[in-house]
Amino acid sequence: MPHRRGESYALKEIEYAAATSVDEAVGLLAARGDKARVMAGGTDIIVQLREGLRDADLIVDVKKIPEMMQFSYDPAKGLHLGASVPCYKIYGDEKIAAAYPALADASRIIGGWQIQSRASIGGNLCNSSPAADSIPALIAQDAKCTIAGPSGRRTVPVAEFCTSPGRNVLARGELLVALDFPPVGKREGARYLRFIPRNEMDIAVVGVGVWLRLNEKDDTIAAARLALAAVAPKPLAAPEVGTWLVGKPATAATFAEAGDRARALAKPISDMRGPAEYRVHLVGVMTTRALTGAAERAMKR
Amino acid sequence: MVKKSHVSTTINGEAVEFLCEPRQSLLEVLRDTLRLTGAKEGCNNGNCGACTVILDGVPVNSCLVLGVEVEGSKITTIEGIATESHLHPIQQCFLEGAALQCGVCTPGFIVATKALLDHNPNPTEHDIRFELAGNLCRCTGYDKIIRAVQDAAAVLQENRS
Repeated sequence: MPHRRGESYALKEIEYAAATSVDEAVGLLAARGDKARVMAGGTDIIVQLREGLRDADLIVDVKKIPEMMQFSYDPAKGLHLGASVPCYKIYGDEKIAAAYPALADASRIIGGWQIQSRASIGGNLCNSSPAADSIPALIAQDAKCTIAGPSGRRTVPVAEFCTSPGRNVLARGELLVALDFPPVGKREGARYLRFIPRNEMDIAVVGVGVWLRLNEKDDTIAAARLALAAVAPKPLAAPEVGTWLVGKPATAATFAEAGDRARALAKPISDMRGPAEYRVHLVGVMTTRALTGAAERAMKR
Repeated sequence: MVKKSHVSTTINGEAVEFLCEPRQSLLEVLRDTLRLTGAKEGCNNGNCGACTVILDGVPVNSCLVLGVEVEGSKITTIEGIATESHLHPIQQCFLEGAALQCGVCTPGFIVATKALLDHNPNPTEHDIRFELAGNLCRCTGYDKIIRAVQDAAAVLQENRS
């Protein structure tokens, strides 16, 4: 007899459509509403459908849409990243990894290699977990979403994309097509760091993405952007801290105080990964470390 | 009843065609339809790596790939690692180094190691631990596996020179 799996872990009977254009995918999503689910790498949605965490009658595969699998980097124009591009293509591209190091940091630690071979940054964003590794990095690197829908295309900053755990601004029939990152200048650096109790392969207890630009002497912060993961119901942009950092000396004392300010913004829950007080403490430590790392990278550019 | 799809693919160098439902994972197709039972079902949710296969040059968890997705792809499973008469040096080093106990994780480790050494022929211990983090072993404590991978890298380097 063939091996049988327990019904609870088998995927239910479901339809599959591999769209070959954005318009075709939008048409399917608009017609089927929340009974259709988009699949890029599938590393979240297949597990969620199997375990009953999300429901669907139709899987719309968006890896066969050429526009969504393309990515291009031009130092003058920035990075254009199709929403279905798997993580390994990002950190595997030396120029992209050097220009957008926080994005590279995150794409290198989402799951293990097997996951990174399939999982996309677009999918990590659309899964909209408060603990997602890519989202603080995307916010720090100022990424913008291109969303296609039945009435055309619109642009939304990543910082405004997620709305609550597992939810985002995508309406019926809408699809995340691509992410666009601004060009990177001299003396800019970025870092994504997370805390997990293991070495690899775990969900962030806390994650911090930062980007900053130093002045011409490399001693003062000219601009900064931060975002925090797993300390609020959605990935949390922290513009207050970014604004406070402007004009401050790029020193350990500044980065320590920025950590205190990040702690003050954190409103985490207690769960199996850690109690709220622990997360508040960690977000300060990780903010200080991420800023230190970003400043070191900025000095090399 | 959802219609079955016809899928054409290449597995371990041979053209293979199969019929599957959209709900079937590549792992289910390999094990239940094609009777390639080397890839193991551990967690069935992408954590353990026991079902690792190489899909178009990169390692994936076959439990998180749908059978219908692999149309036109090239797949290497654990069954495609050895030749008819000889174990692959990776397998030989795992055997000689006793880098396994119960063996359920071993096919996944061997396939992931093949992918690692194809991409990085001379990995450091840190590289090995990092790249094989998606494969879990509850028996060995990993040290013997790391040493077997280092030994295999050395043998493969020697074979090339």
